[in-house]
Amino acid sequence: MAAVSQSAMTAEPSVSSPKMTARDLNLFYSDNQALFDVNLDIVERQVTALIGPSGCGKSTFLRCMNRMNDTIDGVTINGEVTLDGRDIYDKRIDVVQLRARIGMVFQKPNPFPKSIYDNVAYGPRIHGLVNSRDELDEIVMTSLERAGLLKEVKDRLQSPATGLSGGQQQRLCIARAVAVSPEVILMDEPCSALDPIATAKVEELIDELRSNYTIVIVTHSMQQAARVSQRTAFFHLGKLVEVGETDQIFTNPKDERTKGYITGRFG
Amino acid sequence: MTDMASLMEDRAAAKVISDKMHKPVDWDSPKIARNIKKRYAAERRFKIYGLSAIGIALLALFVLGFSIGSKGYSAFFQTYVQLEIHFDPAEIDPQGTGDPAVIGKANFDGLIKQALRDRFPEVTSRRDKRDLYDVVSGGASYDLRERVLANPNLIGQTRKVWLISGDDFDMLNKGYIDADVDEGSRRLNDKEISWYNTLVSSGAVEKQFHARFFTSGDSREPELAGIWGAAVGSFYTLLVTLALSFPIGVLAAVYLEEFAPKNRFTTIVEVNINNLAAVPSIVFGLLGLEVYLNVMHLPRSAPVVGGLTLALMTLPTIIIASRAAIKAVPPSIRQAALGLGASPVQTVTHHVLPLAMPGILTGTIIGMAQALGETAPLLMIGMVAFIVDIPGGALDPATVLPVQIYLWADSPERAFVEKTSAAIMVLLAFLILMNGLAVYLRKKFERKW
Repeated sequence: MAAVSQSAMTAEPSVSSPKMTARDLNLFYSDNQALFDVNLDIVERQVTALIGPSGCGKSTFLRCMNRMNDTIDGVTINGEVTLDGRDIYDKRIDVVQLRARIGMVFQKPNPFPKSIYDNVAYGPRIHGLVNSRDELDEIVMTSLERAGLLKEVKDRLQSPATGLSGGQQQRLCIARAVAVSPEVILMDEPCSALDPIATAKVEELIDELRSNYTIVIVTHSMQQAARVSQRTAFFHLGKLVEVGETDQIFTNPKDERTKGYITGRFG
Repeated sequence: MTDMASLMEDRAAAKVISDKMHKPVDWDSPKIARNIKKRYAAERRFKIYGLSAIGIALLALFVLGFSIGSKGYSAFFQTYVQLEIHFDPAEIDPQGTGDPAVIGKANFDGLIKQALRDRFPEVTSRRDKRDLYDVVSGGASYDLRERVLANPNLIGQTRKVWLISGDDFDMLNKGYIDADVDEGSRRLNDKEISWYNTLVSSGAVEKQFHARFFTSGDSREPELAGIWGAAVGSFYTLLVTLALSFPIGVLAAVYLEEFAPKNRFTTIVEVNINNLAAVPSIVFGLLGLEVYLNVMHLPRSAPVVGGLTLALMTLPTIIIASRAAIKAVPPSIRQAALGLGASPVQTVTHHVLPLAMPGILTGTIIGMAQALGETAPLLMIGMVAFIVDIPGGALDPATVLPVQIYLWADSPERAFVEKTSAAIMVLLAFLILMNGLAVYLRKKFERKW
């Protein structure tokens, strides 16, 4: 235990002015502890990849960052998660607004069974971000453009989103998240349900989005983590084992477990 | 690379184990062949069981439909007798005022009786005359009155008029009374049958479509009794039921499924809702009697009380169906909405409810169809009364279709047998219509994701 936190401390170069931080974060599903004293900084306008074997708590940690775990019964959390230095678990924080500031893209593409336009327009509508139809049109168009989807769908904005291919649906979900101008985008294995070509497109997109957004991505593919991220955090059995520059983690991991996982010995 | 070397070692070890486990199977051995034969036989048997089950169900449906249809179709037609009526000005409007109030009060019954006496001058005894008057229904005079009020020019003329016949005469014409049996054991005596034969031979007896059956309320006279009063009563009752049970049921389902914490209290609530669905309906009737009539003093026999009682009975059905429909909405949709910053209420109203709507509507309509066919609880709150008037609102006394069927089935007149079957046909038609609507709504609102 002590060794773990020790290694976590040493592996973490102190980041100056992080966008988000987690401090001594513990999470319990009823009596099962799923996260143990996680300390992690997320750097602004960078892609941070969370890797680790199945069940290691990386998705759980991701869901702590926009309080999606609040919707699950029996979850208790202690510790601190901050966004721009403010604790997001503070009672004065409005969860709904928080989730608008911290967008999320899920493992399986989950467009609403509505038109492509309505999918992207939903967020701005419920948050009252627009005053006119023209403004809304503009937000929808720029969001689709940013998600690299506009060219493919501009002639059929009113057709059902469920008619798109899996990769297009996932990029639509990204466009939908982008439409409310979040500061951080959380991605939970966004490519696991996609074929290699669609995956390549989404990865390219993530790389482009980095210039405007802070991105945290959970992935099972180490190649993907290596390709898209600047920083990588390795989770194992609910503990953050090691975090650092992606190059350093993949070429020169400090912890034996990280090394074992990356070389394919377990996981 | 020591890692690589150990990996190769692992693979080699795994191969040894799998080689040991691999024992070739002789797929052509008699044992295997027997096994295949047995499997085929089992599959054939299963298919036969299934087909015979469907066959039995279809047969039962056919027998039911046939027995009701063959008994009830004749109720849609009614025997009419043609008589030469002299619209005597002295009887109808002696002063020649042309005032509808005067005409309305005239003795049209007397005109019909006069016409009958003219038609059969040989009938003289008081008793025979009374029998003769039964050839035409007591309701015929009202028809005559309407006719004269609509066209006062008829006064003074003599016209051949089709008049609705009495129920025994109608039964004879429809072949339900056998003229060959002993006179003492049939409803009509020999003289009455001879009048019938005379009228038939002169072409003065005819079966016509019985529109009155669909437009009038109940009556003691079978030939005047109609289903409309009960249909309107059913409509108001179901309206009250729907207005109460749909919103309450859907809100309860949404709360239990989406918002309620999972604790002992909600578990008890859930168990009780499931139990309520199995409570015999008469118990709800007793509850309605006690609460709505004895405590709240709502009007007896009124659709509003029937609707309130049936709403209690329909609630569990709607809650259970709605919960199932809400549960079937994929969690990914909720996550998508919540992840975008929609509040829980927005998530439910914008996404979950629209997607669950087809299931909720189907459950609701099935619950309403159940309520439409319910009799027992309505007997308890007095909707079994004999009511002739068509109810004008949910507070007027009324009866409903299934209770009307019960009332007619209980009536002694032979002519009510066919009315009963016909009323069942009307009720079944409504049920089929409602189930059809359920299928249509499900198809219409169904969304793929």
